Amino acid sequence: MNSTKVLDAKGLACPMPIIRTKKAMDTIDSGEILEIHLTDKGAKADIPAWAASGGHNILEHTQEDDVLKFWIQKA
Amino acid sequence: MTLYKWIAEEVAKKVINNEELFILDVRNAEAFADWKIEGHKFEYLNIPYFELLDGVEEILSNIPTDKQLLVVCAKEGSSIMIAEMLTDEGRDAAYLEGGMKSWSEYLEPIKVSDLENGGELYQFVRLGKGCLSYMVISNGEAAIIDATRMVDVFTNFAASKHVNITNVFDTHLHADHISGGRQIAALTGATYFLPPKDAEEVVFEYTPLVDGNEVKIGNTTIAIQALYSPGHTIGSTSFIVDDKFLLTGDILFIDSIGRPDLAGLAQDWVGDLRETLYSRYRELSSELIVLPAHFMIIDELNENGTVAKRLGDLFEENHGLNMKDEGEFRSMVTDNLPPQPHAYQEIRHVNMGKITPSAEDQTEMEIGPNRCAIREFKKY
Repeated sequence: MNSTKVLDAKGLACPMPIIRTKKAMDTIDSGEILEIHLTDKGAKADIPAWAASGGHNILEHTQEDDVLKFWIQKA
Repeated sequence: MTLYKWIAEEVAKKVINNEELFILDVRNAEAFADWKIEGHKFEYLNIPYFELLDGVEEILSNIPTDKQLLVVCAKEGSSIMIAEMLTDEGRDAAYLEGGMKSWSEYLEPIKVSDLENGGELYQFVRLGKGCLSYMVISNGEAAIIDATRMVDVFTNFAASKHVNITNVFDTHLHADHISGGRQIAALTGATYFLPPKDAEEVVFEYTPLVDGNEVKIGNTTIAIQALYSPGHTIGSTSFIVDDKFLLTGDILFIDSIGRPDLAGLAQDWVGDLRETLYSRYRELSSELIVLPAHFMIIDELNENGTVAKRLGDLFEENHGLNMKDEGEFRSMVTDNLPPQPHAYQEIRHVNMGKITPSAEDQTEMEIGPNRCAIREFKKY
């Protein structure tokens, strides 16, 4: 998938993953895709909930070992 | 204004003492709907922290100024952030150290009663998970029943009472929480009892707990008498302590009855459950005080925070004990069951000794509400 930007938020604990995600999202344009890598398990539920609250679209998410990845298309 | 840090114990005291509290829960809506800190007089506002990153001004008017304010999240981090934002706006606010994780693991020991011959009976109330464990103490010895995995709480409590833990029991193979029984026995040299019919797949040594077992605690006459009472599991066993207390495990609760489906055998075990509740227990004295292994709602707590009620009262009031029609009973306990506990299959495997997850993973497996009971249809 073509990501406009990749955010490495591995090792960060709540609330930092969401704070960083929000900041990174502010730097891309509507329709572009942010790819995020995380290790905080709480983010598994919080990223989709945060994205939904802003109208952003989660195109895909994966989990390999302890690393969660999300691809979010900006609204 | 001032930012406070509260530990779970302080919140537990507010629940037990019936105090007022306003909780701003900043987890996502799904997590809040699933389970929260329950108090008789607690009020709540749920706004996910990620909706407050730009400021808390717009929710200030929704937070009363005449009540103590506690901000809660899953682990701690986001509640500190939001509580700080609130103090910047001129409010006093506290956050819960360790978040819901810490709440889920806190146990409050409460004395149920003195026993004959100088002994004592304690109930350990795990408010955040609905688990109830017991310690019977007499003459320098202690027995523990249905311990949770927070083993330090039990060993420290025994040490504070200057007693040695000599016997550890599980009423059945638990599916909704990880037992600490085996670990406590390993640490203290106590004998670990488990019903053999629930232990067919376990991979560790245990002492079979069978109908009629009697164990003396201390050199007094306190007898822990095992009573085979299948239904929740095929091995489920109750205890009668001091001829006065009936420890029912997950068979009978204050406001509900056990569910028979957590080992995948609801149809097979519903008959056992009926037999235990409607025949075996009916033969017992109605003066026995029922002490279950779980509670589900805060209303089940007595004034002093314990969960206990006369068996005779339950025969009159507990919906699950008052279904004359066996077909209706079967239908209630096999159809329309509530959602199963979080990770219950994995928890069973931990309790069998088949897997040994990390402490962090064990916490994760146990997070969430208690779901080992069946209440009336209409409530689901």
